[in-house]
Amino acid sequence: MAEDDPKDETWEHDLEDPEPFHHATTATTRGRRRGAPALYGIMAEFDNPTDLVAAARRTYEKGYRRINGYSPYPIEELSEAIGFTRTSLPLIVLIGGILGGLGGFFMQYWMEVIDYPLNVGGKPFNSWPAFIPITFECTVLVASFAAVLGMLVLNKLPQPYHPVFNAPNFALATRDKFFLVIEANDPVFKHDEAIQFMRTLGGIEVNDVEI
Amino acid sequence: MPTEPHNEGHIHTTAPVVAPGLTFASVTDKISSIVLKRKTPIWWFAGFAISFVLFQLMLLTITKLVFEGIGLWGVNIPVAWGMDILNFVWWIGIGHAGTLISAILLLLRQQWRTSINRFAEAMTLFAVAQAGMYPIMHLGRPWLAYWLFPYPNTMGIWPQFRSPLMWDVFAVSTYATVSAMFWFVGLIPDFATLRDRARSKPFQIVYGMLALGWRGSARHWHRYEMAYLLLAGLATPLVLSVHTIVSFDFAAGIMPGWHATIFPPYFVAGAIYAGFAMVLLLTIPLRKVYGLENFITMRHMHNMAKVMLATGLIVAYGYVMEAFFGWYSGNKYERYMIWNRMHGPYAYYYWALILCNIITPQFLWIKKIRANLLVLWVIAIVVSIGMWLERFVIVVTSLHRDFLPSSWGMYQPSMWDWTMFIGTIGFFFTLLFLFLRFLPMISIFEMRTILPEAEVEE
Repeated sequence: MAEDDPKDETWEHDLEDPEPFHHATTATTRGRRRGAPALYGIMAEFDNPTDLVAAARRTYEKGYRRINGYSPYPIEELSEAIGFTRTSLPLIVLIGGILGGLGGFFMQYWMEVIDYPLNVGGKPFNSWPAFIPITFECTVLVASFAAVLGMLVLNKLPQPYHPVFNAPNFALATRDKFFLVIEANDPVFKHDEAIQFMRTLGGIEVNDVEI
Repeated sequence: MPTEPHNEGHIHTTAPVVAPGLTFASVTDKISSIVLKRKTPIWWFAGFAISFVLFQLMLLTITKLVFEGIGLWGVNIPVAWGMDILNFVWWIGIGHAGTLISAILLLLRQQWRTSINRFAEAMTLFAVAQAGMYPIMHLGRPWLAYWLFPYPNTMGIWPQFRSPLMWDVFAVSTYATVSAMFWFVGLIPDFATLRDRARSKPFQIVYGMLALGWRGSARHWHRYEMAYLLLAGLATPLVLSVHTIVSFDFAAGIMPGWHATIFPPYFVAGAIYAGFAMVLLLTIPLRKVYGLENFITMRHMHNMAKVMLATGLIVAYGYVMEAFFGWYSGNKYERYMIWNRMHGPYAYYYWALILCNIITPQFLWIKKIRANLLVLWVIAIVVSIGMWLERFVIVVTSLHRDFLPSSWGMYQPSMWDWTMFIGTIGFFFTLLFLFLRFLPMISIFEMRTILPEAEVEE
């Protein structure tokens, strides 16, 4: 996984866990919430981006690494605050573009030179300048597919269900509210401690998020 | 996403990009309510009905065309291209403003693009759909259009890749695909907003599926922003390449008046010119009827008028150079071509074109005229007509009198040429009305980024 710098300690947490159910054991074996539904994490709600980013920074400094912010629009400072600054998407797009360009050119080369050489106006079979426009279009086409599909795959979308949707007020994450989550499978996560800590972050309210 | 300080207002005009006093909540509610809550206004039904009826004209024409062949249209030797190609170029040119606004202005960090880019991209997509129809119908046997693509076939042959017409196939289909992806990616977060705002189950389900489970995660946004930026970077050379290749359809031929190196830049400028005229033509009434003056401000109107003026001047330069080339080439065919344009049987079209495309936009130098929306709207219509005339002049005057006087002829569009053209206008507006009703016409999440409260204070 080249997604993140391995030296960054968050690297292995970069993708949100596709199988959140194993967190259940984590939460219960720590002796909290026995008998309650499995815990995904603890969520704090904020009503402006400044508070959210400040809280995210403090949470990161506190040592939590499996944290995530949710906001109605992209906030550059937020992904920095949760320690997520790298993505391999540009590399994927570059590879897509190179493959598209080579594929586009050699498709024409193979068809016009090898498979069915046809004399058109006395031009050479490999009349490469005439192949450039289509080569260019194929480059852009494949690179664009790489950008869109790469983004969706790295983000693990489409994903119709996710535990955060259970949180109260979370529907406002697409309107005007901001959320910060410490996930239950964070190595240093302890339920009460985490709740206590999040209450000091200046949010509106703090809630458990169940799976 | 550009979130630089809002201090650039005084450089351009005093009008702000968004009206003061808007909040995340009010922006979200206002734009999403157009889709979700507000009763569909009566004029929407009227407009949709009219467009849909006109759209039937297109279907009727296509049906008749499939039965009878393209003799239905006025095209014949020597003018074999006629309205089909000129309408193709006209529609695809209109589409270019959408990509310019969504991609090039994004890279140039022009914040004012934010409230018009969604709408302009939709316009691009719908215009490209109309454009694509013409060359396919013009094939004569449109049901064999897939022959244009290189696929392994029992005939054992391949397309002829040295032909600009093949380049066109790749350019236009790539352009349509990339525009559609760019548009859809831009819509994902807004689909999530609609999913969370929708009250009725069917809307929740449909928007929920389209939103792909978007939840505004910071990690997602980070990759999303990167993908969006990269797509803009890819779409920028793409849009320039598309109209360049469209101009190669002409410039690679040896017809007098076509075989000129100025064609690519002149066509691209013309496309942006026509496209901005169409954006103005549509946004001026829309912002009024939907009450979006707070989002699409006078700043937008001034800027779009200025872009129109600038590209109009480039186009004017193109016309002057065409005349100059005709004279300076010393080639009698080139000279006759330009003389024939100015004094031949289609001279009215040429002078009407000069009036529409060169003289009329000069009024845009005057600030008062840019501020008068009615006048601006009329100028936009005049420019749209002018750009249609430009393609008519380029296609028809070169073809109808070329090298050999014995093969000269005249071109007269038939009734079915007009029904096809009016039909595509109907189809365009049908799609546009559906878009206005079911999708947010302004990018909600991008509007949030340019609000003052979006800034993180350190």
